[in-house]
Amino acid sequence: MSGTFVGMPAFPSAAKAALGDTQLRHNLAHATGVIRAKRAKLVEEVEENLGWEDLRLAGAAVKDRALRDLGDNLEQLEAALTAAGATVHWARDAAEANAVVIEVAKRHQVDEVVKVKSMVTGEIGLNEALEAEGIAAWETDLAEIIVQLGHDLPSHILVPAIHRNRAEIREIFLREMGKVGRPAPADLTDEPAALAAAAREHLREKFLRAKVAVSGANFAVADSGTLVVVESEGNGRMCLTLPEVLVSVVGIEKVVPTWAELDPLLRLLPRSSTGERMNPYTSTWTGVTPGDGPQEVHVVLLDNGRTRALADEVGRQALRCIRCSACLNVCPVYERAGGHAYGSVYPGPIGAILNPLLKGTGDAQTDSLPYASSLCGACFEACPVRIDIPEVLVHLRAQVVDGHREDTVPKLEAVAFKGAAYALSDAKRLTLAEKGSGLAGRVLSRFGRTTLPGGRKAAGRIPGPGAAKWTSARDLPAPPAESFRAWWKRTDGGKDGG
Amino acid sequence: MRVALMVTCVNDAMFPETGKAVVTLLRRLGVEVDFPAAQTCCAQPMVNTGYLDEAVPVVRTFVDAFAGYDAIVTPSGSCAGSARHQHGIVAKRSGDAGLVKAVAETSPKTYELTEFLVDVLGVTDVGAYFPHRVTYHPTCHSLRMLGVGDRPRQLLEQVRGIRLTDLPAAEECCGFGGTFAVKNADTSIAMGADKARHVRESGAEVLVAGDNSCLMHIGGVLSRQRSGVRVMHLAEILASTEDAGVPA
Repeated sequence: MSGTFVGMPAFPSAAKAALGDTQLRHNLAHATGVIRAKRAKLVEEVEENLGWEDLRLAGAAVKDRALRDLGDNLEQLEAALTAAGATVHWARDAAEANAVVIEVAKRHQVDEVVKVKSMVTGEIGLNEALEAEGIAAWETDLAEIIVQLGHDLPSHILVPAIHRNRAEIREIFLREMGKVGRPAPADLTDEPAALAAAAREHLREKFLRAKVAVSGANFAVADSGTLVVVESEGNGRMCLTLPEVLVSVVGIEKVVPTWAELDPLLRLLPRSSTGERMNPYTSTWTGVTPGDGPQEVHVVLLDNGRTRALADEVGRQALRCIRCSACLNVCPVYERAGGHAYGSVYPGPIGAILNPLLKGTGDAQTDSLPYASSLCGACFEACPVRIDIPEVLVHLRAQVVDGHREDTVPKLEAVAFKGAAYALSDAKRLTLAEKGSGLAGRVLSRFGRTTLPGGRKAAGRIPGPGAAKWTSARDLPAPPAESFRAWWKRTDGGKDGG
Repeated sequence: MRVALMVTCVNDAMFPETGKAVVTLLRRLGVEVDFPAAQTCCAQPMVNTGYLDEAVPVVRTFVDAFAGYDAIVTPSGSCAGSARHQHGIVAKRSGDAGLVKAVAETSPKTYELTEFLVDVLGVTDVGAYFPHRVTYHPTCHSLRMLGVGDRPRQLLEQVRGIRLTDLPAAEECCGFGGTFAVKNADTSIAMGADKARHVRESGAEVLVAGDNSCLMHIGGVLSRQRSGVRVMHLAEILASTEDAGVPA
């Protein structure tokens, strides 16, 4: 695997491959477990003081206000940024956004840029677009370096290399660092501090050399024209302050109406993402500050499907997302299948709704995502801005099904559900169907070789669509000879002897 | 109070003993329960797979069958959640104002069994006897969609002779998820295998839950593993007494 999510298979088969990777399963279970526990402790602490639910409601309300008046907020943001000396660019899609960054880089005649970790530049494939123009894009976030040096793909929103353990990281550093800059020390161990030190040495020369930096933003404050980046390592701040030119690519849903409204969001984000009360580095900058930091500042405001998502009455709540990744860390499906199976920089439960909302349903990979959930609801419970992910998943499943209603040859599943709806909309028809299953049950009870604890007969492996998948690892109880409704009728609700 | 049993399609066709246990239990508590014979299914399988148009006639059958009852009691957190949270979505989609109105009547009157026992009847000691080592799995929809909280536990703690053991990672999904169990069978089975491991670690002889669909999945894995652990619906434990004995 390297470099691109393009051409990824649908979720079930991608997940099947990942499930067989025992190292991946172990790494993910360990890492998500640690973050889950840290988060839970801090949520409890907030609960004791001011109420976690109140804070969630406040955060959701800020984002809803921002989205309700999105047009006005964005125009205000543009005006404030321009007044502060920044140049604002509007990009409808990935190609337009990438073209802006390429144009700036070329105008400054650079063949490399340094990057702050950003989801949105992954979404638009900026690194590949720059590479095609002969411009190297150096990731500077520790986890992103691991992904980039490993010719790998991110598998988590916050910790893109969560699928790697420290032994694997040491190997990647030793093998790859020397090819693109300062090599890792030959005696590198897999101690976290040693790995971090190797990355620091490797990056320092890139920071000092780079003329152009590229960032995203966690928030863009409309009334002040301030961009905000929240991070842990300080590498982001290096990018934001050392180079002469800074280009920030910002999804239009990142806008927050006022400076004061950052308050609940900056309290929710670190607690939900890293399980910290406050993240180590919060950088804010407003256009150009003469004599301090980058003297040429560009802001690219990106749509790329966000207005499409906004038009979806149920789905628009996904635009509240602050990319904390709490939903990934609590998701039992993500924990087992890993991030790559979602085929996007946005994996996990939020990815399962965000990708179809941004791209629209219609292709097999995207259409598989809303089904990549058992609808257990753990994501909604964890979401700091109260995105009802299960509700949106079910809504998108209906979109997927509706997209096939005009098919000339209907899918087997559609035929089955039409049949089920027919049988289940009339008790007489259901009774008939149950007589059939009762017959099957009597046969199985007589000849079945598997017995469940308690004495009931069961079926082992049986063929047929659905049945084969169920019984590949699960015994299936034999249907009872008599349904409940038949029993009720025969015994007058048990009054004539059960 | 007119009380209807919504047995659910899964219990009707696959687990009639659970329906019988609810009848036995409610009668013992002085509640005469009707079984409206016109009932079929809550329509959740259609809704959760995206077949909303197909869900409309099923929801219509539901509201016709249960119209006029003061309480609709069901031994399933998932089906209660469907009636309470999804029927409105289906009715809205149908564009039928009559169905919207009918759903607004039946939805809030639908109770999961433990909610009905603890909140409506106000009992936690139902006079049950079950001398076994038992662990309880809180199913996702009862836990997170309905918010039944510790009601099942309150009921189980009052059962004579029972020994409750803790289930590690109890609140994690078992991986059933309706059609997810087949559409994403590999992931579903991986989740089910972890749940089964935790059940074995609990040392229980019996795994109990409020949803037979989840138990069919976990029980299927436990059986394939020859673990010797039996799965039972909560209603069957609450229905069992020293006199009548434990259901087979």
